Amino acid sequence: MIRFDNVSKVYPKQTRPALRDVSLEVEKGEFVFLVGSSGSGKSTFLRLILREERCSHGQVHVLGKDLARLSNWKVPQMRRQLGTVFQDFRLLPNKTVAENVAFAQEVIGKSRGEIRKSVPQVLDLVGLGGKEDRRPGELSGGEQQRVAIARAFVNRPLLLIADEPTGNLDPQTSVGIMKLLDRINRTGTTVLMATHDQNIVDQMRKRVIELEKGRLVRDQARGVYGYQH
Amino acid sequence: MRAQFVLSEIGVGLRRNLTMTFAVIVSVALSLALFGGSLLMSDQVNQMKGYWYDKINVSIFLCNKSNAQNDPNCAKGAVTEDQKKAIRADLGKMSVVQKVTHETQDEAYKHYKEQFGDSPLAGTITPDQMQESYRIKLKNPEQYKVIASAFNGRDGVQSVQDQKGILDNLFGLLNGMNWAARAVMSLMLVVALMLIVNTVRVSAFSRRRETGIMRLVGASGFYIQAPFIMEAAVAGLIGGTVACGFLVLARYFIIDNGLALSQKLNLINFIGWDAVLTKLPLILATSLLMPALAAFFALRKYLKV
Repeated sequence: MIRFDNVSKVYPKQTRPALRDVSLEVEKGEFVFLVGSSGSGKSTFLRLILREERCSHGQVHVLGKDLARLSNWKVPQMRRQLGTVFQDFRLLPNKTVAENVAFAQEVIGKSRGEIRKSVPQVLDLVGLGGKEDRRPGELSGGEQQRVAIARAFVNRPLLLIADEPTGNLDPQTSVGIMKLLDRINRTGTTVLMATHDQNIVDQMRKRVIELEKGRLVRDQARGVYGYQH
Repeated sequence: MRAQFVLSEIGVGLRRNLTMTFAVIVSVALSLALFGGSLLMSDQVNQMKGYWYDKINVSIFLCNKSNAQNDPNCAKGAVTEDQKKAIRADLGKMSVVQKVTHETQDEAYKHYKEQFGDSPLAGTITPDQMQESYRIKLKNPEQYKVIASAFNGRDGVQSVQDQKGILDNLFGLLNGMNWAARAVMSLMLVVALMLIVNTVRVSAFSRRRETGIMRLVGASGFYIQAPFIMEAAVAGLIGGTVACGFLVLARYFIIDNGLALSQKLNLINFIGWDAVLTKLPLILATSLLMPALAAFFALRKYLKV
């Protein structure tokens, strides 16, 4: 699903690499936490997978494709198999819940029939049935994140990438979001989640990857958060 | 590709940027109206050239008795029969010459009487004082100099005159006006392009949320860029249509009605509707493609795909 071989990333005009010689593999269907303090390289790690950036050394394989060899015009095709969720939700405020989810299908040219079928389905899955016509501004933070997850999942991605999805939410709401991500993981979707939330990592007992100053310092099955910030 | 989705995006974009869109439309309309105007102007000049050059000729004026007394060119006396024959023969040999007509003193007197018959001066003129001349029609009116250099200063020739020189002043003026129109047009075009680039930039910035999400969920570059490019193209096309309207109105009000130059200036034959109508497709195509291209290149800079 994801394979990093001796990956380093140096941003232009910076001497210290953001990632240093990282090698790891994530299998299909896994649930992986990515932890580490700010500036440890988590964001770079995710950006490499999304091919927002290219690595300076080494090889990044996502869904069996070498991203260095993937031509620019094929990147959209690759991204259609990934779903992405962010801390700040990134919803369109002038569209309703259903429209926000449908947007992800419209812009990749899905037919209207398909959209009409899959949007209510995925909204039911995330527990927002009945709120299709609300706008993001009328929803709570947890509900907004559910919309974002619905949007990320509506195209049935093989890999769901979540960058601190509970960062703006209170602990109780966060638990709800984690249950949802767990349910999505059980459908066979690989989930990779970057987080600072110690409680969540400790409770879920999933694989934990820890980065520190760009190096991979821990890769532990059924791990805990493991460090104090 | 869902057309309805793209169309609604274009509508939203144009309305969101209403002032900028308006500025683009106006500047495209003005620059293309000037563009069409200058095309029509050169059509008009060419048509006038064709019309007038057909009627003008080069004249070789021969010395008469009175010239022989006061014109240094005719110091050797009035033209003789032999000289006339030689000139006629030489003209016949020149390849640039299409037709030569001979105007005798009596004929010149007759023409003069026709033109100035009523003036008191005409009464004092006698046929003797008129000049004999050869009127030469050239195959190409631009080749006047060949004749001038061959016959100026020859015995019996008083002067070589080219009527084209008079017309050239007029055409020079019209051409100058045409170039001025082109200069203004180029400037307006630059303004229009810069406005389009800026509009696209603002548009891309105000929709960065949408485009960011589109990128993430895997919309193709074409799908992301198309609304911006078509926005510019639609605004441009509206401007182009306005420009076409300007040209048609200008033809109507300046030549046919309103100023009605065609009735006031009978000597000029003006360009017809066909000349105007054939320019319109060119203007519309330019108004569509130019903004679209400008938007495309602006997006490469301001929109990550």
